[in-house]
Amino acid sequence: MITLTDVSKSYGATRALGPVDLQIPRGGITALVGPNGAGKSTMLTIVGRLLGADTGRVEVGGLDVARSRSRDLAKVLSILRQENHFVTRLTVRQLVSTGRFPHSQGRLSTHDVAQVDAALEFLDLMTLGDRFLDELSGGQRQRAYVAMVLAQDTDYVLLDEPLNNLDMAHAVAMMGHLRRAADELGRTVVIVVHDVNFAAAYADRIVAMSDGTISHVGTPAEIMTPEILSEVFATPVDVLQHDGRPLAVYYR
Amino acid sequence: MAETVSEGVAAHTDTATDTSRPTPRRVPTWVPAAVAGALTLLFAAGILLWDNRLPVGSAGHRTIVQMRLVSIGTIVVVAFCQGVGTLAFHTATANRILTPSILGFDALYRVIQTALVFFLGAGALAATDGLGKVALQSLLMVLVATLLYGWLFSGRKANLHVLLLVGVVLGMGFGSLSTFMQRLLTPSEFDILSARLFGNISVSNVAYLPWAFGVCLVVGLVLWRRRHVLDVLALGRETSTNLGVRYQREVLLVLVLVAVLISVSTSLVGPMTFFGFVVATLTYQVLASNEHSRMLPMVALLATAVLLGAYFVLRHVFYAGGMISVIIELVGGLVFLVHLLRKGLR
Repeated sequence: MITLTDVSKSYGATRALGPVDLQIPRGGITALVGPNGAGKSTMLTIVGRLLGADTGRVEVGGLDVARSRSRDLAKVLSILRQENHFVTRLTVRQLVSTGRFPHSQGRLSTHDVAQVDAALEFLDLMTLGDRFLDELSGGQRQRAYVAMVLAQDTDYVLLDEPLNNLDMAHAVAMMGHLRRAADELGRTVVIVVHDVNFAAAYADRIVAMSDGTISHVGTPAEIMTPEILSEVFATPVDVLQHDGRPLAVYYR
Repeated sequence: MAETVSEGVAAHTDTATDTSRPTPRRVPTWVPAAVAGALTLLFAAGILLWDNRLPVGSAGHRTIVQMRLVSIGTIVVVAFCQGVGTLAFHTATANRILTPSILGFDALYRVIQTALVFFLGAGALAATDGLGKVALQSLLMVLVATLLYGWLFSGRKANLHVLLLVGVVLGMGFGSLSTFMQRLLTPSEFDILSARLFGNISVSNVAYLPWAFGVCLVVGLVLWRRRHVLDVLALGRETSTNLGVRYQREVLLVLVLVAVLISVSTSLVGPMTFFGFVVATLTYQVLASNEHSRMLPMVALLATAVLLGAYFVLRHVFYAGGMISVIIELVGGLVFLVHLLRKGLR
């Protein structure tokens, strides 16, 4: 369970987030959607303790993220940001192995190696293990980063726009991997997505945000209505049914 | 349905890129290590034995060998400090084109030396030479660095770039202050001072060496114990935090240790700007792996080999002992520029 109580964050006089109260139950995929500047990424990075909140309290799996030992948190919660630029030249396997650091403190046991293998296998990266990150395509690299946070073996996995810069096929494949991480590995996945249709097709819960506050929380069927989407995204949105799922149409 | 698409994508992209480039050939770690080790021994032997005209076994011969041993000891300490210090600094700042001198150490050293001559006269430089002065000077540099980093790099608005920028500005300030005082010196005082401001291995004092060795040993051990944490720190703040490393605390610790290393080296032989950069870059080139468990020993070894080699060639072959750091800085500066032009500012 992820619990946010009265959390807010301001930059100078501009309030970027909150105050928000939110509970995300264990299991499944929760998608944060909303227009640019709605505070989705801010909220996610606060939950992932990369950013300190001005007020309020965030608990993940019973641990207060501002007060708990970082090392303990790293076994419960992992977060992946959009931009990952490393100076060090790493192979895919080395990158994924660093995900084991909270457990191994750098000395990989056979169990750690098995976990790394499992994560590589899970994301179809076995053949690319010895390739350097800068030799991969964008989609492969994104998969390698996700493999790293999966190898961290945390109950809660936070991903900030994992579909950023992926083409259709890679985006669909990535969402498929995340769905399997939730279903087969029992991870609680929280993602920020721009395309509301991806949220509708893969997520169990949608949290709609605008102007730094949470406006709606519910299942895709509850959130995907023309009224709610038009209000949240401040643009006319129509919702069709396709293959038994709601589909937002907003192009003109 | 998503599954079949995912498999298809993976298969397609994998075959597409597999043929494009073979995995780069990797030289095993022991090869460069063995070469550097052999060169180190060769140059050390060269420095000890080359062109000693006194008969072997005479008292004079022994005295010369002893003096040269001191030089070798100094070189080992300086190489270790500059090499390991720069590499750790690169890791802490997640940037491989900076050198620790960006924090204003060299400038601080210059201003201290200049102020001594300016206020107390040229005699003061000679009169105050000794363990006390070196210790005090190192302590002062570490104190300034710790206060500066501690102040700038703790709290909520901690920002490494601001810290580095303040280092640059302070360095410039110290530099101008030194230049101003130097303008007011008499030519003879200025001449004596100039000799101090360029690193000179030959003039270092035997009394500091055991202390310097001790400091290097302690700092080296602390860094070695943290080698896995250093691997993570190199990935930047967000990834480190995600992996449970207390980023601010660790970076602060590394910066203070770097301050200790650089101030020991500077106090011994004066400022060196590019030497650490050159050997750190060389280390990245010869090692296929970026693990600190390999990089730290390698950079110490390479730095020692390079510095011993430069000293041997310049002092014993070309009789230009005083010029060593000038030439190292010249070569180092050129390597730095070439590296910048080739790799860009990343």
